[in-house]
Amino acid sequence: MARGATGSTMKSMTSPFASVRTLRAFGATLISGFALLFAAAAPALAAAGHPSPGEIGFQTPVTPIAHQIDSFYYDLLTPVIFGITLLVIVLLIYAIFRFNEKANPIPSRLTHHTGLELAWTIVPVMILVIISIPSFRLLTHQLTLPKPDITVKVTGHQWYWTYTYPKDQGGGFTFDSYLKSPDEMKPGDIRQLAVDNAAVVPVGKTVIVQVASTDVIHSFTVPSFGIRIDAIPGRLNQTWFKAEREGMYYGQCSKLCGQNHAYMPIAFRVVSQKEYTAWLAGAKKKFASASAPTPVHLAENTSVATH
Amino acid sequence: METTATAHHDAHAHPTGWRRYMFSTNHKDIGTLYIVFALCAGLIGATFSILMRMELQHPGLQIFPFLAQVLDGATKDTAIDAAKNLYNVVITAHGLIMIFFVVMPALIGGFGNWFVPIMIGAPDMAFPRMNNISFWLLVASFALLVISMFVDGAPGMKGFGGGWVMYPPFSSLIGTPGPSEDFVILSVHLAGASSILGAINFITTIFNMRAPGMTLHKMPLYPWAMLVTAFMLLLALPVLAGAITMLLCDRNFGTAFFDPNHGGDPLLYQHLFWFFGHPEVYIMIIPAFGIISQIISTFSKKPIFGYLGMVYAMVAIGAVGFVVWAHHMFTVGLSLDTQRYFVFATMVIAVPTGVKVFSWIATMWGGSISFKTPMLFATGFIVLFTIGGVTGVVLANAGVDRSLHETYYVIAHFHYVMGVAAVFGIFAAFYYWFPKMSGYLLNDKLGKIQFWLMFVGVNVTFFPQHFLGLAGMPRRYIDYPNAYAMWNDVSSIGSYISAVGVFVFLYAVYDAFAKKRVAGDNPWGEGATTLEWSLSSPPPFHTYETLPRIVGADH
Repeated sequence: MARGATGSTMKSMTSPFASVRTLRAFGATLISGFALLFAAAAPALAAAGHPSPGEIGFQTPVTPIAHQIDSFYYDLLTPVIFGITLLVIVLLIYAIFRFNEKANPIPSRLTHHTGLELAWTIVPVMILVIISIPSFRLLTHQLTLPKPDITVKVTGHQWYWTYTYPKDQGGGFTFDSYLKSPDEMKPGDIRQLAVDNAAVVPVGKTVIVQVASTDVIHSFTVPSFGIRIDAIPGRLNQTWFKAEREGMYYGQCSKLCGQNHAYMPIAFRVVSQKEYTAWLAGAKKKFASASAPTPVHLAENTSVATH
Repeated sequence: METTATAHHDAHAHPTGWRRYMFSTNHKDIGTLYIVFALCAGLIGATFSILMRMELQHPGLQIFPFLAQVLDGATKDTAIDAAKNLYNVVITAHGLIMIFFVVMPALIGGFGNWFVPIMIGAPDMAFPRMNNISFWLLVASFALLVISMFVDGAPGMKGFGGGWVMYPPFSSLIGTPGPSEDFVILSVHLAGASSILGAINFITTIFNMRAPGMTLHKMPLYPWAMLVTAFMLLLALPVLAGAITMLLCDRNFGTAFFDPNHGGDPLLYQHLFWFFGHPEVYIMIIPAFGIISQIISTFSKKPIFGYLGMVYAMVAIGAVGFVVWAHHMFTVGLSLDTQRYFVFATMVIAVPTGVKVFSWIATMWGGSISFKTPMLFATGFIVLFTIGGVTGVVLANAGVDRSLHETYYVIAHFHYVMGVAAVFGIFAAFYYWFPKMSGYLLNDKLGKIQFWLMFVGVNVTFFPQHFLGLAGMPRRYIDYPNAYAMWNDVSSIGSYISAVGVFVFLYAVYDAFAKKRVAGDNPWGEGATTLEWSLSSPPPFHTYETLPRIVGADH
């Protein structure tokens, strides 16, 4: 809603040469107007890390990728799609009033216009080319993994997530993360999102998340980070994020995985490096009993008799 | 009747009673069966969507714990878990029913059977007996799907709740050890066989049985749309059949096509499924393109604008539709180059789609438009299809799809572009052709009331779902964080408005049969130029005793 601006006109919408800023403002005004039309309630302020009541846009981005998604969507895609939709609706409304049988009793016989047909083929192609440039830039940014500071392995199960912190980064423990049941909830916990054990990462560090599953397909998602990657049995998928702000960031499983699909949220607590070091030390003790599978050093095994 | 009997001897006698329909080889009777079937299945599928919206209207569980006790025999203690499972079963059934038992039977089997032969000047379909089995396979298929909802599925649960896409391993023995998924697979097999037979019938009919002088480039756009659709069915459905047969073997015969523990890959299923699944969405909407083109031309009293562009736009959409499937899989971990290709290919589809939308508007331009109910639905279709189309351009960008995949934004997108758009196509066709099929006029005022209820209803239902999706609400969720409450509430209210529209529709149909207002051969006037309007209403049991001769130049 903060994007809502004033001073834009209908003319700016239909002209392909109107500045992107005006279009953006107009698109945002339209969204706001639509929202107000529906319900004057609930200030739709975006929050970081979780949805806020009545929200009509992305959760506040806190990673470079999420910022890039945000600006691609709001600065380019929104004006374009509102522009096209509005053009179609305005043309239809004009046709409805100007060419109904009362206003125009004698129909024309015009059925061909090569110039017009070429125009509505070529102009969309040009619009798509314009869209594709930032689109491919974003895609490349997302899928080119930078050098990690930290790697966290996440494993999906029916219906919880397991986080593994590798030993060579000061971890060496594994813990499960479940949705808090109603009687475990503390004041301030968000229903359907709050978990018993949140994953913790330091602010401003590049984190690579490796995602796998042990049973059915799940999908690992954190909206404020702009990441989503499926957890597929037999595969190890990867994605990355670099959180710019401390705080709690939630996501929810995004691939239908059975009865408790809606009850396996994802939670990351982003903290300072100092807090992170302290958390690592505590977590190592806390989760030591829970996660003591004897490490198997496959490369050193000379015998394969057990397999 | 009597002239028919004398002209055609006893073998072509007009059967009566239940035999007329059960054993029918008449394209019009089979078309009627398809339409009635789609209407019944549509009421069930719509009931499911209302149940879903009632459940989602407020945070927390609402009605499904109660439904689980009634339908699944759950006790008070197990009701919560059973409710969560039942919700998934209902969304799965909603998807399969709406696709295979509502939209396809109505647009392809129903109006296609009725009007493709008539519009190309053919006396019937090429293979009348195959036409009969196409329909009755669908009834058996539907029965299997209904049975699947009441047999064991996930451990301790009834029915298959893995979504209409049936991804393994959830649909294999790991996620669903009970036989419900086997029933779903067999149901989809039969529906697929039914559609393939129907597609063969349409292709043969259109290629071989056009009336003298009816060249392909003189053929009206609805038969053209059906030709493109039939080719897509013929190429896409065998791939689905293969995929679900492999799944059936994985479940029952110890194979491991999709089992990573034994060298299989769950993603193989997704590639095969979407190789069918993406063309399938065009299979549902291209017949509607054809219908909308006929209606806009009729009520604007103008020939369609840019006929050849319209024909080859459909052909292009059909062809390109086969090479874009992995845009449904942007989050599975595809390589950068793969995603780049599928982004590019998907965006290409926007171009022929744009040609169609602008050509419809250009057909209206300069026309003398009479806004009868079919034209209202056709105009509504353009609006809904455009809104759904532009969000498709958004989702085509893998980078943004990262944030929107599997959220309500996708739900909003596909319901606009091929869900309610196809349903508007069905209603447009129904109001347009009902006088021809039955001989009676529908009440135009009731039709308009239904249109406005449904147009407002579907927009109030689905527009706010864009907001929910942007804010991150995942789809296929029975419960959600309270922040999503407001737009879910609005969306539910919208669905109730649409439901009222459906009741108005049912009343309008009752009213037409009760009042018996005679339609006459052509109730729509000078703009209705295709062959069906030259026949009586309803047309004779045997449509053309002598074939019509088409004169005039190609487009």
